[in-house]
Amino acid sequence: MATVSLESRPYEKVSDHDSSHESVNYLNHDHSILSWLLTLDHKRIGLLYLVTITLMFLLGGALAGAVRLELLTPKGDLLAADTYNKAFTAHGIIMLFFFLIPSIPAVMGNFVLPLMIGAKDVAFPRLNLLSYYLYFAGSVIALTALLLGGVDTGWTFYTPFSSTYSNSYVVVMAVGLFVVGFSSILTGLNFVVTVHRMRCPGLTWFRLPLFIWAIYATSVVQLLGTPVIAVTLGLLGVERTLGVGIFDPRLGGDPILFQHLFWFYSHPAVYIMILPSLGLISEVISTFSKKTVFGYHIIAFSSIAIAVFGFIVWAHHMFTTGISPYAAMVFSLLTFSVAIPSGIKVFSWLATMYGGSISFDTPMIYAFGFLGLFTIGGLTGLFLSTLGTDIHLHDTYFIVAHFHYIMVGGAIMGYMAGVHFWWPKITGRLYSEFWGKLSAGITFIGFNFTFFPQFILGYLGMPRRYYEYPDEFQVLNVFSTAGASILAIGYLMPMFYMPLSFFFGEKANSNPYGATTLDWTDTTSPPSPHNFEKTPVVTEEPYNFHGKEAAVVSH
Amino acid sequence: MSATNQTVQDHGQHHHHKDLAHHFDTLEQQHDANTLGMWAFLLTEVLFFGGLFAAYTIYRYKYSAMFEEASNHLDITLGATNTVILILSSLTMALAVRCSQTGQAVWTGRWLLITIFFGLMFLGVKYFEWKHDYNIRLMPGKDWAGKDFFWWQYAKKAKEMEKHDKGHSHALPDPKDVLPDNHPSLGIKGIQESQQARLFFLLYFCMTSLHALHMLVGFVLIGIIAYFAYQGAYSPDYYSPVENIGLYWHFVDIVWIFLFPLLYLLGAHMGH
Repeated sequence: MATVSLESRPYEKVSDHDSSHESVNYLNHDHSILSWLLTLDHKRIGLLYLVTITLMFLLGGALAGAVRLELLTPKGDLLAADTYNKAFTAHGIIMLFFFLIPSIPAVMGNFVLPLMIGAKDVAFPRLNLLSYYLYFAGSVIALTALLLGGVDTGWTFYTPFSSTYSNSYVVVMAVGLFVVGFSSILTGLNFVVTVHRMRCPGLTWFRLPLFIWAIYATSVVQLLGTPVIAVTLGLLGVERTLGVGIFDPRLGGDPILFQHLFWFYSHPAVYIMILPSLGLISEVISTFSKKTVFGYHIIAFSSIAIAVFGFIVWAHHMFTTGISPYAAMVFSLLTFSVAIPSGIKVFSWLATMYGGSISFDTPMIYAFGFLGLFTIGGLTGLFLSTLGTDIHLHDTYFIVAHFHYIMVGGAIMGYMAGVHFWWPKITGRLYSEFWGKLSAGITFIGFNFTFFPQFILGYLGMPRRYYEYPDEFQVLNVFSTAGASILAIGYLMPMFYMPLSFFFGEKANSNPYGATTLDWTDTTSPPSPHNFEKTPVVTEEPYNFHGKEAAVVSH
Repeated sequence: MSATNQTVQDHGQHHHHKDLAHHFDTLEQQHDANTLGMWAFLLTEVLFFGGLFAAYTIYRYKYSAMFEEASNHLDITLGATNTVILILSSLTMALAVRCSQTGQAVWTGRWLLITIFFGLMFLGVKYFEWKHDYNIRLMPGKDWAGKDFFWWQYAKKAKEMEKHDKGHSHALPDPKDVLPDNHPSLGIKGIQESQQARLFFLLYFCMTSLHALHMLVGFVLIGIIAYFAYQGAYSPDYYSPVENIGLYWHFVDIVWIFLFPLLYLLGAHMGH
């Protein structure tokens, strides 16, 4: 076992001792196709997800491009009205259910969760592979629905439009989401059990890295929320195929019931998307500030608090539907309270950086972007939880901008930070810092160009989901579309330099950043098939950078 | 968190135990993980049925009178019989788990097969019940959909006849007797009644068929585990598959324990 001191440059060339021979790792121990497709190794399953969700991301991004191009001009000239409806619906469904929800948990979670807790694998490796194939099958079904002619209901499937009037392939899509939902449930179940039962000796709950706390909270939400959307979509399918009226007011049903059931999952689903990012950012900021996380316990609890609050604020999506004003007041108040744990996290990140020894590596640049965008997204959420303001802003571009600041500016920036952060661990290679930083910068600029004008558009009253708009909104829409093309460049760049790094990148040592968690200190890069040579034993709390030497494992 | 180099004490023979998967350190850890996994899965199941129970609660509250009347069309005797059968199957399942813990392989298998037998009995009763429901037009079908409210008149007539001859002749009404040449005669009230009753039966069929689906899955799983039990796969060291299928089966039973009063007993006070 060799050690490097913290003072050494992160991207120092690996010593001869490390790279003299190619050691056996999870990537090279078996090259056959079947060994990948039938793998039970959490690391390989993570990579299967990485490839699949990247394809889905490209598809969802292309659809977003179509939507933004249509909105370049006030008239509906590029897409027909119906095609436009199908494009934004497909964009929403793909990005939410097939990219964001599996993104950090299924890729990063699968890859690093067992490494971070010193386990050989997740608790149920076969179930893990089944989750992947359920995801894959759900994707195929959803893509089938798109190829058959698509769905025009919006990703929310509101009844009675989706149940009675829409002539598109709602049932096929619902089946796809039902299947992918079970993938999400089983992943959550696997992670919950893994965190409870697979921690290595000495790794008590309050020695867990904060990413694990976040993934744990996310998994609980997946476990509790997803079955509700599954049964809701099931009822929607029953209503459509049998012509009965559980959600149809003409037949005695209640369309608001659908919205309640839908948002009972889909609001917590927002936290499925953002919570893992919040945990991941804690890792990145602490590591690149070389400083222990400020307020470890309260950050851990704030992840749990966000998961709990996530379940009791769903009706804030329904303030304009005529729900009881008293219920609306309670939901408004509860929604405001989500700001508390979120604010705690933001201040903790700032306090972590304060006085730290900050290095501006690519993951950190992404994390900076995340900080700003998540804060704006969070603060504009307060506008929307205010009952009166929400009446004005509901279903306008303000909402579109708000949730893109959280989902794209927050969740995807976090995801990109994570991919870059763990890339040396995943592949054993370093990517180009220059291109990495450039892509982070371009993404940040492109993102703001795209979505900030939408706040103004929404404030001025431009409704979402329309393919035409009055001439006076054009300037801001041109801004937004131009920004989207910059954003696209930012996202496309890693798709070139990351694969290049995979094949030609400089070899990384086991802990290029001097991080303190087990995934860095006790495994090689890339890790061996069974992760650890010896089961690690943890003797202290995480993020102890002081007076320590970060270990580099060599074989 | 820097970790020391020290190795965990090797747990000797456990590492070579045939039932210990490679990624667990001890059988106990593996057992705990399996059990927690099953409980977590059941939690998901609770929420899965929960969506239907929520819908039931809303409409039960909104259309309480009609829900009671509609409930009165279900056969309490069959429902109660099935409840008893299912509770018996829970008993035999508990015995199977006990036998697996004490290492009685053959009896583990036997009790599991007896559990399947009771489960099949339940579904047999359910089959005849559903068939009857279908005959008196309670089941979703072509009469049911859309704006055709004739089915409810027919079901009411069937109920009336059944009451009249105390259920001896099992004769069904002649559709012509209830076929309204004049839909308007139903009036807005009649149409609403029909809609509300339909919601009840929709939920009845969704909930009981989802429950039945869980039983079918259970049969397959119990069958597989019974096979392994006869092969001697389980021992006092390793019986978590039996214990977990037991948990699953008890859950399926408990769902029924909720369904029975909510669906069958709701209208019991209205008499038969």
